[in-house]
Amino acid sequence: MRHQFELETAKNPDALKRIVIEPVSRVEGHGKVTILLDDDNQVHQVRLHIVEFRGFEKFIEGRPYWEVPVLVQRLCGICPVSHHLAASKAMDMIVNGGILTPTAEKIRRLMHYGQMLQSHALHFFHLSSPDLLFGFDSDVAKRNIVGVAAANPDVAKMGVLLRKFGQEVIRVTSGKRVHGTGSVPGGVNKSLSLEERDYLLKDADQMIAWSRDAVRIIKQLHKANPALYDAFGNVPTTMMSLVDDKGALDFYHGALRARDRDGEVIFDQVSYQGYHTLLTEGVKPWSYMKFPYITTLGEEKGWYKVGPLARIQNCDRIPTPLAEEERAEFVAYGGAKPLHGSLGFHWARMIEMLCAAETIKDLLLDPDIMGADLMATGPRREEGIGVIEAPRGTLFHHYRVNENDVVTYANLIVSTTNNNTAMNVAVRDVAKNYLQGHEITEGLLNHIEVAIRCFDPCLSCATHALGKMPLEVTLVDASGREIDRMTKDSEGRVGK
Amino acid sequence: MTAPTLIFGWGNPSRGDDALGPALLDAIEALRASHPQWGEVDLLTDFQLQVEHALDLEGRRRVLFVDASASAGDAPFRAEAIQPARDSSFTSHALSPQGVMHVYAEIKKSPPPPCTLLAIAGEAFELGEPLSAAARSHLDAALAWTQAWLTTS
Repeated sequence: MRHQFELETAKNPDALKRIVIEPVSRVEGHGKVTILLDDDNQVHQVRLHIVEFRGFEKFIEGRPYWEVPVLVQRLCGICPVSHHLAASKAMDMIVNGGILTPTAEKIRRLMHYGQMLQSHALHFFHLSSPDLLFGFDSDVAKRNIVGVAAANPDVAKMGVLLRKFGQEVIRVTSGKRVHGTGSVPGGVNKSLSLEERDYLLKDADQMIAWSRDAVRIIKQLHKANPALYDAFGNVPTTMMSLVDDKGALDFYHGALRARDRDGEVIFDQVSYQGYHTLLTEGVKPWSYMKFPYITTLGEEKGWYKVGPLARIQNCDRIPTPLAEEERAEFVAYGGAKPLHGSLGFHWARMIEMLCAAETIKDLLLDPDIMGADLMATGPRREEGIGVIEAPRGTLFHHYRVNENDVVTYANLIVSTTNNNTAMNVAVRDVAKNYLQGHEITEGLLNHIEVAIRCFDPCLSCATHALGKMPLEVTLVDASGREIDRMTKDSEGRVGK
Repeated sequence: MTAPTLIFGWGNPSRGDDALGPALLDAIEALRASHPQWGEVDLLTDFQLQVEHALDLEGRRRVLFVDASASAGDAPFRAEAIQPARDSSFTSHALSPQGVMHVYAEIKKSPPPPCTLLAIAGEAFELGEPLSAAARSHLDAALAWTQAWLTTS
C-alpha cells in the first residue's frame, strides 16, 4: 500500500517547476492548488491550500449567544441553513440542555432537508453535471450549466426547479430565503400554516420523481464508464458520519459512527458532545486549514472523509423507501467492499437528494409541523456543542457563553476541514494519474478541479471561479526563469 | 401576486461594503410606505446570484439588480441597462445578472423583462467591518437615483 501522504512534500522543491492554480472567492474562502513538476513533467508535490474560517470564530466571540444562529449563516452562500441549525443545536445546550418540542424538531428537520435538497441540486446539476455530461476536457465554453441547458434542456430545468423548491422550503420554515430567523436557541419562532403546508405539498411528488430521475442519470453515467468512475480519485479512507440510534441515515441528529476503508466499524453510537476528545485538529505549516484525524488512530491512519459517500456507506439503511432501494443498489454495486472513487460522491449525493425529497413530503404530512408549542425550557449551561450532517458532511459548532450571555469561545469544524486530508490525497492521486508526463492543458488541470468538486462546491466554486476571475498559470524553473504560461481571461478564453 | 417591479440586491452583510446591495434594499424598504407612487415593488436579497433567480424575473415589468462594485471607477455608482449574455460566470456558482437573464431566456424560451444594473462602489470588504464612510456616501447617491428610477413609469 502506498503512503497516504505521498506527494505532500517533495525532496527538492527548489529545483522543481511550480504550477499554481490560485482562484479567489469573495464569500466561501480562498483555495489554491500548487503542483511541483520536474523537467519531464513528473509530479513531485501537490498541495491543496484553503483559507479557513478562523476569522469568523473571532467575529462570533463577544456577541450575545442568541445572535449566533443568524450570524453564522453568513459563513456560506450555499449552505447557510446548516450553520444556522448547527449553531442552534449548540445554543439549545446552553439554554435548556438540548430539549426540543416535537413541532420545533420537525420544523428544523424540514428546513434542513430543504437545505439538503437545494444544495445537492446545485452541486450536481449546476456545478458538476457539465463535466460529467460533456467530459472533463471538453470545450471550456460549453462546459457549464448553460451548455447543459442547450444540450439537455430538461435536465437543466429539472436542476433549477429542484433547487428552487428546496429554497422555498427554507423560506417558508425560516421566514426568509436568506438570513432566516426560524431557528432560535431552544426551539423555533414559527410553525407552518395550513396554506404554507399545502403550498409546498402540491409540488412534493414532482420533486420526488425528479430526484429519482437524477439518480438514474448519475447511475447511468457511472455504469456506462466504470473504468473512469470507479478509479478516478480512488482514495480508500475511513468514513465518519452521524447515524440515528438504530444505525439509520439521519441528517439532523444522531451519534457518530466510523468505518474503516474496508467497511468494518471502528466506533459507533459515540456522542458528538465528546468530539474534541475523539478528534485531533492537526496542523501543517503550508496550510491555514486544519487536518483533523481520529485521535486513537493517529495522524497517519486517523484521517477520514465525511459527506454523501461516507454517509451512504456508514448507515445500515435509509428511512425512506425509494432512497433505501437506491442505497441497496449502490452498496451491491460495490460488492463486498465500500466504494471510494471520488465520483461516487455524486451517485451517493443524488440518493441523498431523493431521501430529502421523500422526507420533506413525510414531514409536510405530519400535523406536528403546524403545532403551536415552539419552545422548550430547561437548565441553563455555559457550554454547547451542536453537530449536523451538512450537505458536504459533518459540521461541528462548539461555543462557551459567560454569565452575561456573551460568547467567549467558538470552535467550528466545517465539512471542508473534515475532508481536508482526503481531498488533498484525492487531488494527488488525480495529479499523478493524469498530469504525470504530459504537457499541462486547461483540460488536464480541470481534472484536479473535478476531484475537488466531488467533495465540495464551496471550495470548487473558488476553483471554478477560474472562469470568472482572470487566471494565469505560470511555470517557473528553479532559477526563477519563466518557461511556460497559460492564461484564462474574464470571459473564459484560454490562451498561451 | 408577483409585483411588476423587482429590486434584487445581493452581497454578504458581514463583509464590509459587500453589504451595499442589501443595504440599498433596506433603505428602500424603509421608504416605500410613504411613496405609493412607486407601485408594487418586490425586494429580494441573497448572498449571490444563482441559477434559480432566473425564475424571479418571471412576470416582472422591470428589474433592478443591485451589487457592490470593487472598481473605484464606478464611484459613486454606475447604472446601465443590461442584456442577456452567456458569460463565463456560468462556470461559477455565482452568476452575473446578464447570466441570470440568459438562463431565463433559455428556460422560458422568451426574452426576459427589461433589466438595469446598479453597481455601487465599495472600498473595503473585510469580515466583520461595517460600511466604509465612502460606501455610505455612495449609498446615499445610489438611493437618490433609485428613488427617481422607481418614480419613472
